Formats: sequence, C-alpha cells, structure tokens
Amino acid sequence: MFTTTTIVRLATEGEEHNPLLPEWIEVILALVVFLLLVLAFRKWVVPNFEKTYAERTTAIEGGLKAAETKQAEADAKLAELDRQLSEARHEAARIREDAREQGATIIAEMREQAQTEANRIVEHGKSQIEVERQQAVASLRAEVGALATGLAGRIVGESLDDEARQSRVVERFLDELESGEVTATGAGSGSTSASTNGSGAR
Amino acid sequence: MNVAASAVRAEGFEAPGPSIFDLPPVFSIGAVGVTKPMLQLFLAALLVFGFFYAAARQRSMVPGKLQYAGESAYGFVRNNLGRDIIGSHDFLRFMPYLAALFFFVLINNLFATIPFIQFPTFSRAGMAYALAGLSWVVYNAVGIRKHGLFGYLKLQTVPSGVSKVMWPLLIPLEFFSNLVVRPVTLALRLFANMFAGHILLVLFSTGGLYLLQNEGIIGAIAGPLAWVMAIAVGFLEVLVQVLQAYVFALLNAMYISGALADEH
Repeated sequence: MFTTTTIVRLATEGEEHNPLLPEWIEVILALVVFLLLVLAFRKWVVPNFEKTYAERTTAIEGGLKAAETKQAEADAKLAELDRQLSEARHEAARIREDAREQGATIIAEMREQAQTEANRIVEHGKSQIEVERQQAVASLRAEVGALATGLAGRIVGESLDDEARQSRVVERFLDELESGEVTATGAGSGSTSASTNGSGAR
Repeated sequence: MNVAASAVRAEGFEAPGPSIFDLPPVFSIGAVGVTKPMLQLFLAALLVFGFFYAAARQRSMVPGKLQYAGESAYGFVRNNLGRDIIGSHDFLRFMPYLAALFFFVLINNLFATIPFIQFPTFSRAGMAYALAGLSWVVYNAVGIRKHGLFGYLKLQTVPSGVSKVMWPLLIPLEFFSNLVVRPVTLALRLFANMFAGHILLVLFSTGGLYLLQNEGIIGAIAGPLAWVMAIAVGFLEVLVQVLQAYVFALLNAMYISGALADEH
C-alpha cells in the first residue's frame, strides 16, 4: 500500500503501516536474492577457498615431508659412510696385520733357506775336503811307498823284483807306520816298492 | 527531507515514527513498486559476491592483498562460526550458507551508515522474516534429515538427564522455545535493532535541524549538539550493525549444530 502513497500522505492521514507486518514482495525478494547468493557462494567462492586452503596445507605438509625425507636420506648416507669408513679402517688394519705376518713368514722362510743353503755349502765343502784329503792320503801313501821302497832298495842294494812281495812289504810297512810301530829295523827288514813306483825305483 | 517537511507542517516537532521506513518506490515494474531497500538487497548481494568471487578466483599459494582480505574474511566465518560451532566433521557443507548469510546481513546493515544509502535493509521486517524463516527451514531440515522426524522432535523437545515427571512440563516448553520462538526472536532481534538504530539517527538529525531552525539562540547551540550526538550514535550503530550480523550468523550456526547433535 505504501507503494502507491507517499509518506507525507501516510503521515497526515494517520494511516500507518505497521512495521512488523511484512510486505510479501519483500519477503520473496529477500529470499530469492539471498538464495542466489548462497548458490553463487557454493559454486564459486567456498570451493575455491577450500581448495586453496587444502592446497596450501598440502604444500606445507609436502614441504615438511620432503625435508624429513631429505634429512632421513642424509642420515642414512652419513651412517653408510661411517660404516664404510670403519670398514675401510678394519680392512686396512687387517691388511697391515696380514702384511706383517707375511713379512715374518717370508723372513723366516728366507732364513731357513739361507740356513739350508749354508748347511749345504758347508756339507759340500766338508765332503770335498774329505775327498781331497783321501786323494792326498792315497797319493801320499803311494809316493811315500815309492820313496821308501826306492830308499830301502838303495840302502839294502837289493832289488826286489817280486812285485807281490814288494807290495806286501810296503803294505806292512805302511800299516806299521800308521800304528806307530815303525822302527829302523822294521823298515829295513820288510821294505818293498809299490808296483807303480817300482819301475821308477829301478 | 520528507520527514522534516511533515514535521514542519505539523505543529511543533514531530518525532520520526515508523512511517519513515515506508519509502516511496524508486521506479515501478508493472504494479510492483521497487523501493530503495529492494535495490539494496541486490546491491549487497552483488558487492558480497563480487568481492569474494574476485578474491577466491586467484587461488595462489601466496595470496595477494585482495585474496588475503577475502581469505581472512571467509576464514573468520569458517573457523569461528563453522568449524568451532558446527564441528569439523559437518561444517563444510554449511559454509556457503553461513558465509553468504553473515556477509549479506553485514553489508545490508552497514548500508544504514554508508553515505547516500543510509537505510538499513533489515529495518524492513519482511526481509528479516525471510532470512529468519529460511534459517528455521534450514536447521529443521538438517535435523530431520539426520535423525528422522521423530528422532529430531525427540532431540529438540525431550531434555536428557531430566526425570520423566518433569516431561509434561518441559516438552511443550522446549518445543515452544526450540521450534517456534527461535525464528521469531531471530527476525525480531535483527529487525528491531536496525529499526531502532535508524530511528535514533533520524531523530537526532531532524531534531537538530528543527532546533536550529525554530528555537533561536538555544536551538543554535542545541541543534549542532544533537548532530554531534547523531555522529556518536552513528558510530554506535556501526558496532550494532556488525554485532547483529555476527549474532544472526552465530545463532544460525548454533541452531544447525544443535540439530546435528547426538544428544540434547
């Protein structure tokens, strides 16, 4: 009703609209406009805001998670490196120990080898000396025999042509010589020349 | 001003009454006269939607000024009215309603103070009835959908932890307070606050003018004083306007939360 009248007329006529009584057109209009606003909010405003909030939360959480992962990776790597380092230390110690042992073994072996060699050389020398001594003894014996025979032959003036006898006399003489029983009579009694030297003495 | 004119025409000063809210139509569409508060409804809806649409559209991780303002405003309703009162499980589906409600009412209330508009939309009772009626439908529908009609009626009317002897007394009382009075108080609280605030402002303004024009020396002093009062009341009104919008949305959230609750 107010739509067709002016306030002044309302005021003067005393025909006042009760302010508590609604104008139905206003009720409907307010409802429609507000519902449209709600729909618009539901379609464009709230989802966008909520998505932004969610994305931001995810981004922050993702960043934190990434940092945590990185940290864990770094920790793992550090532990791995530590482990490798200690392993390497162990390895080095072990190698050093091995080397020491090997060195000791080698030295021992060498020493043993040298000892063996030395022994061998000594042994060789000894046997050679023995052989030479034998030779010397043999040749000396022969020479002494010849000398003695020759000497005895000259002294006795008797040629001892019987070779068997000769050698027997020489052998006996030498034996006596060795046993230390040689006397001038002994030597003179049984002297003969060796077969090799008999010709020379003759 | 019409009121001033009417006041002058009458004998002495005539205090502004309910008639000042009956504005003449700005223009007419057929038989329907479109008045200023009707246009304000559209303007408020456009402003609210325009701002939030622009703010929400960017969706950048590091918000700019507009987005930050929008997010803060929306986050205020979302966290204080939605999440804290309705609960984190259910509140999201009510956010379009609650956010639109709070900002729509807020802007419409602030129109009472904004220069050249200076008329509170919800001092038109019908508009307050509309929103209050809608909220009545919303919270009852939510409750009935969750608990069924009888479950919901039991939830709203039968108080738990009270002996059955008291039921005949309490059930009608609870029914009355939870299902009948709520929309009425909701509408009247908003309407009456806006209505009274506007009357106060008009009273001080026109009264000051009348004093200045008709009461000689005393009026020359008292008139501007009345205007100073009008300015003070204007600031008070801004507080009331914000508070009423908040209370309106807050009560809506509480009613919804009560309808969703598992126990009374």
